[in-house]
Amino acid sequence: MSMLEIKNLHVRIENREILKGLNLTVNAGEVHSIMGPNGSGKSTLAQVLARRENYVVTEGEILLDGKDLLAMKPEDAACEGVFMAFQYPIEIAGISNVYFLRSALNAIRKYHGKKEMDAMDFMPFYKSKMKLLEVDESFMTRSVNEGFSGGEKKRNEILQMALLEPKLCILDETDSGLDIDALRIVANGVNAMRSPDRATIVITHYQRLLDYIVPDFVHVLVDGRIVKSGGKELALTLEEQGYVGVEAEARATAVAV
Amino acid sequence: MSTDTKIIDTFVEGEYKWGFVTDVESDDAPKGLNEDIIRLISTKKNEPEFMLEWRLKAFRHWVKLEKQQAEPRWANIKYDTIDYQDIIYYSAPKSKKDGPKSLDEVDPEILLAYEKLGLPLHERERLAGVAVDAVFDSISVATTFQAKLAEIGIIFCSFSEAVQRHPDLVKKYLGSVVPYSDNFFAALNAAVFTDGSFIYVPKGVRCPMELMTYFRINAADSGQFERTLIIADEGSYVSYLEGCTAPTRDKNQLHAAVVELVAHDNAEIKYSTVQNWYPGDPVTGKGGIYNFVTKRGKCEGVNSKISWTQVETGAAITWKYPSVILQGDNSVGEFYSVALSNHWQQADTGTKMIHIGKNTRSTIIAKGISAGHGQNTYRGGVKVLKGATGARNYTQCDSLLVGDKCGAHTFPYIEAKNSTARIEHEASTSKVGDDQIFYLQQRGLPKEDALSMIINGFCKQVFRKLPMEFAVEAQKLLSVSLEGSVG
Repeated sequence: MSMLEIKNLHVRIENREILKGLNLTVNAGEVHSIMGPNGSGKSTLAQVLARRENYVVTEGEILLDGKDLLAMKPEDAACEGVFMAFQYPIEIAGISNVYFLRSALNAIRKYHGKKEMDAMDFMPFYKSKMKLLEVDESFMTRSVNEGFSGGEKKRNEILQMALLEPKLCILDETDSGLDIDALRIVANGVNAMRSPDRATIVITHYQRLLDYIVPDFVHVLVDGRIVKSGGKELALTLEEQGYVGVEAEARATAVAV
Repeated sequence: MSTDTKIIDTFVEGEYKWGFVTDVESDDAPKGLNEDIIRLISTKKNEPEFMLEWRLKAFRHWVKLEKQQAEPRWANIKYDTIDYQDIIYYSAPKSKKDGPKSLDEVDPEILLAYEKLGLPLHERERLAGVAVDAVFDSISVATTFQAKLAEIGIIFCSFSEAVQRHPDLVKKYLGSVVPYSDNFFAALNAAVFTDGSFIYVPKGVRCPMELMTYFRINAADSGQFERTLIIADEGSYVSYLEGCTAPTRDKNQLHAAVVELVAHDNAEIKYSTVQNWYPGDPVTGKGGIYNFVTKRGKCEGVNSKISWTQVETGAAITWKYPSVILQGDNSVGEFYSVALSNHWQQADTGTKMIHIGKNTRSTIIAKGISAGHGQNTYRGGVKVLKGATGARNYTQCDSLLVGDKCGAHTFPYIEAKNSTARIEHEASTSKVGDDQIFYLQQRGLPKEDALSMIINGFCKQVFRKLPMEFAVEAQKLLSVSLEGSVG
């Protein structure tokens, strides 16, 4: 059984159809990259997977390890192992990162009937992950994303991901607004998490990120559908021909078939 | 309908958890207010002549104010006209003896009521090291730790007891900060108040424990008018905690309290309140406590300090401005406040800092949360008088909106008559966003926990100022008050 199966997914937001019959299968251990022009529906896909409410699914289904993902509340999807690194992480004043993360971790543990982790056990765990993301320890006591630079916010997202150990990681344009050093650190964090029982979906505009996080599959999303899929070399083709070229080629192939 | 609105629409479901009525035989005075009632109260309480005279003066002043229709109307609140003749002004739980001498003698029903409030006196006494002076309706039923405190010269007792045993202190300080002529409700309180707390901390003594009073309105249609007086003599320190709850009633109940604080040279008073009076029916807005309170402290001596911290989550109407008169040079006044108005609650609350002495400093941190149809108003006054050279004030006033049917209002008044004064005012209004809640949910937190976390974060600056156990209670209260707010 595949970890994630998306079949004929149609999604509307405020009466505009964004996804128009998207199919995607992701197996454990794989890294998939979804590329596409602005407005093609990449972020919509991420939001739907994370169960954001104002996206209306009109057709199709999503199975996560055989379970109906679309029947889950956002927090349940999270507890089932879906993690989204936000494109624009939200600031929450007055709540420290350490408090927030321990609460989140314990909510997930509770969902699985596990004992909650106390501060004594949590701290060394947190600190080890901070090292991985090359994050200063002052991060712990700072309020969630408040006053963080763009790069710090993105690193904090991956730090959270490393701590919560999801099975399906979704990176929604994590590379946007990152300089080269931050990009490398973020990629290191993601690569460190690659494992046979975890899958990752990397949503990006640019090939650049894929130099660091090398995908097993690349999908081109245009106008709500995946128009072409391939290996990592497809990203390079895209870089050369642009989306328009790839789309035209895909259309020609479709007609020929 | 957007999700945001949906979230908010479910904000009206939280229920009041303290809505039980204790069945205790009451010793009630007839309804209504006249000089005979005042005399009855004074006689029942076996008061010395000066008290009766003061009450009568206050009453006559109040009658005059009522004739002039001087009930304050400037606040940003709406409520039905209060019929002052339709209220019972004296209601004391009957005891077999003249009064309980220890906890064992306290009516078990009353003790049970405290237990329902999560306030088992024995437990508190033993575990928390908190001396509890519990006010049940109008009479103080249990005063603990008195003896222990008395050893170091601290007087902590009910107001009635203070009148009997320390009349000189009462005579000297009563009305010295809030005179009976101060305002309509202060005059009413002075005329009819039945009990409250009294604290005197002598020179150089640091009170070793937090002193605490729990107020509870019980009998139907009985207004509660408590009066508290705290005096910190030179170089002393005291921290006082006040908590309030009231059972569910259909009819609005009037609560008009007065608190006076006096800090002498180098003395410090910290006064913390967690108030969760019955807010009224969540759906119709019916019932609930009308809370008209005058709280004021006087930093009389040099280097003295008075700090108010309040968490106001209850009451249908809140009209309350804990203030500080900064008279002594270098004195410090502080006001930290969280006020929540959910459902149909209306709060008009804030503070006044009156700078008289040189180099006086004040800090105001006010956090208002509006949800449901709640209306939350911050009203603050900073006044720097001519002689207050080097006075400084910092005000931060933040409003948080949950939903789109509530309102937040800010009325800061600043008056500086000394050109060396430095006054800063910062204000912000924000809305709990759908995206914030979603972010926390995406990390595994249920929606209600997410909202509660955002709100606790917003209030953190104030919660930090509360004594530990109160801070925990305040957080719990906020969560309870917001229950059912997200679907």
